[in-house]
Amino acid sequence: MSIIGIIKIALKSLARNKTRTFLTMLGVIIGVAAVITMLAIGEGAKKIVEDQINSMGTNVIMVSSNFMSQQSNVRQAQGSGNLLEVEDVEAVKDDIDGVLYASPILNTWGRLKYENQNWRGGVMGVDVDYFNIRNMTAEQGELFYPSDVENSSKVCVIGKTIADNLFGDVDPVGKIMRIRNIPFIVKGVLKAKGENVMGMDQDDIVLVPHTTALTRLIGHRWRFMTIIVSAESKERIQMVQQDILELLQNRHRGTTSESFVVNTQTDIADTASSVSNTMTILLASIAGISLLVGGIGIMNIMLVSVTERIKEIGIRMAVGAHKRDVLLQFVIEAVTISILGGLVGIFLGWAATSVVGKTMHWNVAITPFSILISVTFSCVIGIFFGWYPAKKAANLNLIDALRYE
Amino acid sequence: MSSTTLIRTQGLTKVYQMGDFEVHALRGIDLSIEQGEFIAIMGASGSGKTTYMNLLGCLDRPTAGSYELDGIAVHEMSSEKLTKVRNEKIGYVFQSFYLLPRTTALENVELPLLYTRNMGHKERISQAMEALDVVGIKDRARHFPNQLSGGQQQRVAIARAIVNNPVFLLADEPTGNLDTRTSVEVMALFQKLHAQGMTVILVTHEHDISRYANRIITFRDGLIISDKPNPQPRNAAEDLKTMPELDLDR
Repeated sequence: MSIIGIIKIALKSLARNKTRTFLTMLGVIIGVAAVITMLAIGEGAKKIVEDQINSMGTNVIMVSSNFMSQQSNVRQAQGSGNLLEVEDVEAVKDDIDGVLYASPILNTWGRLKYENQNWRGGVMGVDVDYFNIRNMTAEQGELFYPSDVENSSKVCVIGKTIADNLFGDVDPVGKIMRIRNIPFIVKGVLKAKGENVMGMDQDDIVLVPHTTALTRLIGHRWRFMTIIVSAESKERIQMVQQDILELLQNRHRGTTSESFVVNTQTDIADTASSVSNTMTILLASIAGISLLVGGIGIMNIMLVSVTERIKEIGIRMAVGAHKRDVLLQFVIEAVTISILGGLVGIFLGWAATSVVGKTMHWNVAITPFSILISVTFSCVIGIFFGWYPAKKAANLNLIDALRYE
Repeated sequence: MSSTTLIRTQGLTKVYQMGDFEVHALRGIDLSIEQGEFIAIMGASGSGKTTYMNLLGCLDRPTAGSYELDGIAVHEMSSEKLTKVRNEKIGYVFQSFYLLPRTTALENVELPLLYTRNMGHKERISQAMEALDVVGIKDRARHFPNQLSGGQQQRVAIARAIVNNPVFLLADEPTGNLDTRTSVEVMALFQKLHAQGMTVILVTHEHDISRYANRIITFRDGLIISDKPNPQPRNAAEDLKTMPELDLDR
């Protein structure tokens, strides 16, 4: 008998027992839907992390002094053990190959004031390169210019959070905002970046020229400087990092490589993605277990179905069904259940994923891989768990089967 | 009717192993059945008649002896080939009908054809409808077994048995689950098929039923104790006329 004929028989037999077929399918449906959803959520989380890391800038290297260093036997001259100077930034930019941009970062805090509104926020003194490194653009107004840095102009660019909280409906561009009571002209508002990897608001920020920050806000005594560098390519990060360390050691007598802390974006990205990968694996294995349970459900029902249909099998074999026909019929029934269940599961998983994406504003993504894996899995489950009951059915003794009550 | 030998068994023996016991169900049966005969196999339970029927029907294999069906040595065949023999040469009618539940009469009759050589859907349906027509139940083709009376179900089973044009019909207590009138109706159907040239082998323990056959073979303790022709079999169609109509649906 032809395969198509057996498929027809199997389908008819499933159609005759709609409730049983559906209940069996349910296990696979839920399993596959869970796998799809979990993988999509995992994928979404990974994308969010990636986006956040990319929002840090491209090929970023951060250099700062190591206050924890035991070997640092340098005189504690100015400030509190800080070594880096603005001249270091120039040197890094001019002397090291593969450096695209470099900027100092001078961090401070201050009360921000516009008319009668107050806000307390971080203020960063940076060079114009900083905008390039962090891929920052102005949403309103413009960014400050190198000339502003040269002239230590009292200008600033503000993040979206500050614009919203301090200015409300007023367009901040061109307005005077006071930082520690010193008036600054707001040149522009930065395009929103959202939260960073640590969950900090990246839009709660005021950027001023580092020269202005140093002279007007911080003073040389209390400066703590970080250098942010952007390498030309991902491949050169490692090399540039080494060169920077060497250069800084040469520029500051008596320091070792321990005196400086260098963090690269790749380090952070690696850690973050390994965390989210672990999460995905965890979620997928939980979902996988439910798929396995679904498969055992199929085997269960198919075994019951064999017992329930011993007589039917006997009749079929008496009127000319070969062992092979019976075996195939039962395997096809199981495989059909799992494939149909798989398809419904994919649809359900897609629906669940969309709901999760909508309600949590996540960029969840169903990958072809997750569809492939769940379809393959459900086929394998169908064959694997369908085979044993099918074999049992095909090996029934004809007389016993016919006489079975 | 040409008298060709259809079935020949020689020294057919069947021993069942029941733990330490050996049960000799058949102790060497020599029997020849010609084409076109209508045979009743009689015997009490435990006489070996059902075992013999299982062997004739290729549902089981003998412990010893030979069985030739239509000139082929069936006892030497592989189970694969036996399946083909069952499908093509034998039509079965069982005591409790053995129709597939939740399956229409038509689909039940189609069943043996599904396992035959590749046959088109239309051809299959027309052949199944023809068989239903022969047993006079064509109008119930789309009914499910639980919507049919016992007599009707047995007719569907007979239609299934003849749909593949087998060389003989093997009926195991076909009237065992039926009332008297319906039993005679079914016997009338067998007699009609026999008149058209079909070989019919009937296993029964009812004397009344065996009287419709042309030859009566009696088993006891695994052996044939009598094998007599029945020169004047009762005519079921005539008997029906003398019986009261019970229910038109029956």
